[in-house]
Amino acid sequence: MTTAAPLEVRSLTKHFPLGNAVRRAHVHAVDDVSFELRPGTITALVGESGSGKSTVARLLAHLSEPSAGEVLFEGSDVSHVRRRRDVLRYRSQVQIIFQDPFGSLNPVKTVRHHVERPLRIHHVVPSRQVEERVHELLRTVGLVPPEDIAAKYPHELSGGQRQRVAIARALAVEPKVVLADEPISMLDVSIRIGILNLMSKLKEERGIAFLYVTHDLASARYVADDILVMYAGQIVERGPIEDVLAAPLHPYTRLLLEAVPDPTTKTEGQQIELRKGDSSAAVDPGEGCRFRMRCPLAIEICAHTTPQLVEERPEHAARCHVTAPAN
Amino acid sequence: MTSLVEQPLVTRARNADLLEVRQLVVEYGFGARAARAVDGVDFAIREGEVLGLAGESGCGKTTIANTVMQILRPPARIAGGSILFEGNDLVGKSTEELRRYRWRNVSMVLQSAMNALNPVMRVGDQFVDAVRAHEKIDRRQALARAGELLELVGIDARRVSSYPHQLSGGMRQRVVIAMALALEPELIILDEPTTALDVVVQREILQQVEALKRDFGFAVLFITHDLSLLLEFADRIAIMYAGEIVETAPAERLGANPQHPYTQGLLKSFPPLRGPLTPLTGIPGSPPDLRDPPTGCRFHPRCPHCIPEQAELYRRQTTDRPRLRAVEAGHEVACHLVAEAVE
Repeated sequence: MTTAAPLEVRSLTKHFPLGNAVRRAHVHAVDDVSFELRPGTITALVGESGSGKSTVARLLAHLSEPSAGEVLFEGSDVSHVRRRRDVLRYRSQVQIIFQDPFGSLNPVKTVRHHVERPLRIHHVVPSRQVEERVHELLRTVGLVPPEDIAAKYPHELSGGQRQRVAIARALAVEPKVVLADEPISMLDVSIRIGILNLMSKLKEERGIAFLYVTHDLASARYVADDILVMYAGQIVERGPIEDVLAAPLHPYTRLLLEAVPDPTTKTEGQQIELRKGDSSAAVDPGEGCRFRMRCPLAIEICAHTTPQLVEERPEHAARCHVTAPAN
Repeated sequence: MTSLVEQPLVTRARNADLLEVRQLVVEYGFGARAARAVDGVDFAIREGEVLGLAGESGCGKTTIANTVMQILRPPARIAGGSILFEGNDLVGKSTEELRRYRWRNVSMVLQSAMNALNPVMRVGDQFVDAVRAHEKIDRRQALARAGELLELVGIDARRVSSYPHQLSGGMRQRVVIAMALALEPELIILDEPTTALDVVVQREILQQVEALKRDFGFAVLFITHDLSLLLEFADRIAIMYAGEIVETAPAERLGANPQHPYTQGLLKSFPPLRGPLTPLTGIPGSPPDLRDPPTGCRFHPRCPHCIPEQAELYRRQTTDRPRLRAVEAGHEVACHLVAEAVE
């Protein structure tokens, strides 16, 4: 790739303590995760709940500090910046959109308030241009007529409209990176596509680098260019999304694909193996592959050696001794 | 002599619909501010059948579940219609009769299993309570039954002594399904049973429900916003919009030949996982406020086929409420466009 990555993470790690002073354990929520977000590219981060995907988004948004590793913004490590000025500067470039459009807006404030606040805090435009810019942002996210919408309160809007307000607010500071944490999973089916199309449009027109955190493979395929699959805190597969979904390497990615409802086959034709182990693979994991208890391909080495991400095909890597063996 | 096992409210009649809902109207509140969450709905479920009910939030699907289960609470009330269970109307039955009906004839699995279980009670004890409310059996027998039921849903019988927090979300949802089976009801209502769960767990649970259904032979009313799930798991699907059923058909027919513009829009809202990708549009606008629904066809403000240029059709779309009409055997649609094509 010729374009530089505005945001890159190297060996990002976050452990949370569990239990008490006598029986101490650690959840390896994020373990040695590395990737980069490129301009004009949507990268999907996919995994089940508890896989660590939201923790990655929170670490990138500077809402939580990593236990180890680096978050590089245009080349410099920002994971430990503390000074308000530095944090503000970072947040003016990296914005986050949350899952719940009902919880992320203040119920007693108008839409105008939500969208103009970042404009004023970050001094994006002179005061006299604020109103004009608010309307422009609302138009960008498809909320028309902006004059009417700006005067409304969150409860007067539908879920989809609220999520669009959250996106307008994120765009106000003209960010280079937008982290979207499950932005459509709480919305009605018929309006989800509209939000995904808006993300595509912003990627094309503004060259924004998106991280799209989701558990929904079909929506990831629809909107994203690249995919990262997480399991128990680790990235187990990454690559261009069409390549990964057409020919997945990791057994977990294959399981995910098989589990998605497929209207063309009735259940009898498509049965998945029922799980034996519990999915607490991220608690003090130790050596070995974290997926081995659920894996149909597991061999002896999986129990005692942690597999590394190996590029088995061009740009397409997996963490599996069987399908992507190290040389 | 009284029997040890309490008699169900109704006993089986052959060759009849298990459940028949006729012209059901459910309102929230009174007077001008009343919202009709369900407005003249008809459907039936045959023995052993899986009927899927799909629609967006606020379309009335959960209200239907609560009405069939007879757990509607004020300000919601049945304002009209009847609910026939094996031929007997539930509307107007006494509290005691309804208590017997619930759980023994019909049971229900809710979206958030996490909240359906009592957090400070062992799983087994919750079974014992539910079973002993309906049958005169002792604690030991009831606990043994609980263990058997847990095994049926793929959970170790020893888990009867676990507390809910010691189980994962998927396991708790299976516990609730096992409890729903405890009295071998004829109908189980699944209201968004897997929405809070991951896709892999979702499939595990639905596979289990299918297997149990083969063994027990119960019918299922499966309520969800996820039409793609119903196309795979349901025998027949009813699509709800703004308190009405707008289309109903066998699952394969609905997937292959959707007739209502809303159904067509819903189907085009799911991007495909395989095959070519084309830009999708979803459905513009959002569902209406049920306190003040649009006149005529309730979908007309969002309908791509409702344009003023076609004056005569437009007048009917905006003033006449379309009725469900059969377009082929077992396939009914409430849409002026379709009605025109049929005549």
